[in-house]
Amino acid sequence: MASALPPYASAGQRAWFYSFRIICGLIFFFLIFPVLIIIPLSFNAEDFFTFTPKMLALDPEGYSLKHYRDFFTNPDWQGAMWNSIAIAPAATILATGFGTLAAIGLSQSNMPFRSAVMALLISPMIVPLIISAAGMYFFYSRIGLQGTYMGVVLAHAALGTPFVIITVTATLVGFDQSLVRAAANLGADPVTTFFKVQMPLILPGVISGALFAFITSFDEVVVVLFLGSAAQKTLPWQMFTGLREQISPTILAVATLLVAISIALLTTLELLRRRSERLRGLTPG
Amino acid sequence: MTDTAHTSPVLTTQDGVPLKVSIARATRRQKFRAFLLVSPLLLFILITFTAPIVDMLYRSVENDIVSETLPETVVALEGWDESSGEIPGENVFAALSRDLAIAAEEKTHTRLGSRLNYENPGMSSLFRKTGRRVGRMDEGNYTEQFIDIDADWGAPKTWQVIKQFSSPITAGYFLAAVDAERTPEDGLQFKPSDERIYLFLFWRTLLLSVTITAMCILLGYPIAFLLSNLPMRTSNLLMILVLLPFWTSLLVRTSAWKVLLQQQGVINDTLVWIGLVGDDSRLQLINNQTGTVIAMTHILLPFMILPLFSVMKTISPTYMRAAKSMGASDWYAFWRVYFPQTVPGIGAGSILVFILSIGYYITPELVGGTSGIFISNRIAYHISSSLNWGLAAALGVILLTVVLVLYWLYDKIVGIDNVKLG
Amino acid sequence: MKLKSLLIAATALTMSVPAAFAEDMTIVSWGGAYSASQNNAYHKPYMAMHPDVNIINDESSNEAVAKLRAMNEAGNVTWDVVDVVASDAIRLCDEGLAVEINADEELAPAPDGTPASEDFGDLLVSECFIPQIVYSTTFGYRTDMVGDTPPTDVCAVFDTEKYPGKRSLEKRPINNVEWALLCDGVAKEDIYDVLSTPEGVDQALAKLATIKDDVIWWSAGAETPQLLADGEVVMGSTYNGRLFSVIEEQKQPVAMLWDAQVFDLDGWIIPAGLPEDRLKRAMDYIYFATDTQRLADQAKYISYGPARKSSAPLVGKHADLGIDMAPHMPTDPENAKNTFLYNYEWWADNRDDLDAKFQAWLAQ
Repeated sequence: MASALPPYASAGQRAWFYSFRIICGLIFFFLIFPVLIIIPLSFNAEDFFTFTPKMLALDPEGYSLKHYRDFFTNPDWQGAMWNSIAIAPAATILATGFGTLAAIGLSQSNMPFRSAVMALLISPMIVPLIISAAGMYFFYSRIGLQGTYMGVVLAHAALGTPFVIITVTATLVGFDQSLVRAAANLGADPVTTFFKVQMPLILPGVISGALFAFITSFDEVVVVLFLGSAAQKTLPWQMFTGLREQISPTILAVATLLVAISIALLTTLELLRRRSERLRGLTPG
Repeated sequence: MTDTAHTSPVLTTQDGVPLKVSIARATRRQKFRAFLLVSPLLLFILITFTAPIVDMLYRSVENDIVSETLPETVVALEGWDESSGEIPGENVFAALSRDLAIAAEEKTHTRLGSRLNYENPGMSSLFRKTGRRVGRMDEGNYTEQFIDIDADWGAPKTWQVIKQFSSPITAGYFLAAVDAERTPEDGLQFKPSDERIYLFLFWRTLLLSVTITAMCILLGYPIAFLLSNLPMRTSNLLMILVLLPFWTSLLVRTSAWKVLLQQQGVINDTLVWIGLVGDDSRLQLINNQTGTVIAMTHILLPFMILPLFSVMKTISPTYMRAAKSMGASDWYAFWRVYFPQTVPGIGAGSILVFILSIGYYITPELVGGTSGIFISNRIAYHISSSLNWGLAAALGVILLTVVLVLYWLYDKIVGIDNVKLG
Repeated sequence: MKLKSLLIAATALTMSVPAAFAEDMTIVSWGGAYSASQNNAYHKPYMAMHPDVNIINDESSNEAVAKLRAMNEAGNVTWDVVDVVASDAIRLCDEGLAVEINADEELAPAPDGTPASEDFGDLLVSECFIPQIVYSTTFGYRTDMVGDTPPTDVCAVFDTEKYPGKRSLEKRPINNVEWALLCDGVAKEDIYDVLSTPEGVDQALAKLATIKDDVIWWSAGAETPQLLADGEVVMGSTYNGRLFSVIEEQKQPVAMLWDAQVFDLDGWIIPAGLPEDRLKRAMDYIYFATDTQRLADQAKYISYGPARKSSAPLVGKHADLGIDMAPHMPTDPENAKNTFLYNYEWWADNRDDLDAKFQAWLAQ
């Protein structure tokens, strides 16, 4: 219905078809416009988030690369970037590992106390962040984890696991358990079965869970603000300080770079997906 | 199969174990294995997350500071009738002088003052001031000496507050969290109307979260529908448009909305330029509820689109075709056949969006002005500024309870397994 | 750099206790231009004199009170010196989270030998607080939006007839209620007496209510400069150093309204519960960083007034712009004709109560 208009469509259907597309276009515009607007602003020659008259007149003097220079030369920003790059993958690996195992356990029909355990495991997503941050801060200080990479990574991993559990259990709902039995029948041990049979099939769920976990850590500011010390300052923390202490379009430059990286990453993922579908003999639709 | 199987009244397996026992054992083993798979994460969450939260939430009732700092006074106050309208006797003042002398030595009196100041403004300076002079008090006639330091010691109100908060467990923070207080004269009652704020904020947080969720359904449904019905190549490319904002920092997106929505911002400038709006009647789009709803809808929309998309993806187009071939109109086929199948997706998206929006505070703080702030903003204030962690914890417990009840309802109605994120 | 931080992360993952190097000293401040000025005026010369000390900047002052409390309860204090505003210092001192300082013994005397307690004078508002700068919360206005009669009186904020447009005010009662009462005809010396009564609070809120629809409330100091630069507000309150930056560094059409500026103090505290050696080092740093010359040096980088009387004559020119800094100081006699000093004692008692009333009023 939405993909193509049949040749026999009536005038009403035609009108609806196009107006639906226009509505969707507007919603896409709503989604993407705030992301796009930051790109020109990041080339602002002034230190404000403002379209200056010079910029609007497309005067080259109104534009500058100074915020990019600031990002690449300022040790604060560089340190924050490397911290984010170190913390987010570590938290993602922890969250994905624990989360996938737990999801497999949870999706077995005879798991005891299933809904209670599920509620507990999902709770990091539903407790308001500020409460989690204060609670963790207090608790981690007592066990010596506050102000350590370990502490931040553990906290971020805890916040990321609900997403992994939800996505992986969702893929496991459609998983045929007889495949596992078949593998066992053919003499595979449980570990081999997991990696050779189960894993490839639930991989999409694992990957999308991992992406959610990654973004949770990579974009998280409240918890790291409490749990981290100067040595663990991440990009969102640096952005937050920047917004509070001095409005500087450097954060827009960073965001533009991140958007560029995301586009590259998402495109790569899509190409990889098409390749794997070709290999599996499915024609990309 | 074997002889025993034929002769014995109970079914057994090949090695002679009764089948029932064997199945029970296998089930037990399976249960154990399932549990073993879950246990690492369970342990991990219990230690890194649940323990800290429980520890934090316990502060909402914990109140041993009064009885620890003023042990003798608390005991002496037991004999005093707080509704008498009189101040306690000399023995209580004497006990207070002994307690405060020790407290001033250990510098815990000001801490107690800050704690009681939450209940009665002025206690902070009262204790600070008294602590400075309590070491130099003369023997005897303590009542007069204390009142000499500060007339507040002669006010029954001061003593009522001390007595009321002398027990190690208090409901005071919870009362404050629902805008109520307990006074000896009137018992339990709401605070004066100019000090009531939390119930209102809870209500507004719920209302705005519902609005945001509704907006997300409204905007997310067509997009998910379109994406799930387009060929995969196109839909994956369009999916980037959904994921890109999702990947962009929350702080950056919030700032971008400020640039767009303010009165001298891009949207108003455009409207003025087109001529839809006069230059002197620019629209107020930010620093109010409108701003909060727009920015939060934008931030949370992907959380609606992704689960909806994954549910719609599984709906076979044959149902719709069948309905239409039997004479249903487009609308009727959609509404009676397609839409009901997407309800789990709407449920999943709604619960995600609602739960996430109820706990947000950075975006409302930046774009919400005064009419768009959430209860979490006050929790953050009490944690990081006023240090009234007891009240913050009590507010948190209430908020958490609301969310858990909703979660439970959701699990009953839709089932948490139906939450799909893509 | 990349390898190093990955290595640190990897080792941190294997060890639960942070690898604290003996020579690291963590100094907590606000970040941004303010931290930069401290870095130039204090940290760099101190590290040059003490090669064995490595100063780490932590930009957590905004969360300092909460974090210090949790650190203290956990018995694991990781900070050595913390920059806080005076009201927070009082709170920390009350909570027993900061060390008491004996100014005359532990701080440097003025070059002429005047003891520190006299040199700082009234600014030593708490036993735990070592003042560093005097800043003020005051108004800036768009010069191109006020017509031919630029405002000279703080009550212009309440005059929407003469100065139409939005104003930005801080989203808390402090300063706003004082200005409201002042412009409602209450004499300056009576303001806190009036505010101590419920009617006084109502009066202040009623005055603020007259402009409620025209106010954009800010919570971060960087907001008013941005709003002024955008022309989103005609005038707004913020810290004077932020306005200096908008006017002199960014060359925006903005001017200062110094009338009824509220003086506040920012300075150092040393957290309670430090081990002996770290406490000694922190005291040594404080002795150096708050001496007469150092305080005067900071004014080269940011337009906040040094807290010592003896530093005032030493204030020179801006390090980059080369302009005289003295006329931009909130303490300059020309600017300080009509000022308030934040009443710490009163606000310590009434802050929570009035804040609740203020927020309830805002939410209506």
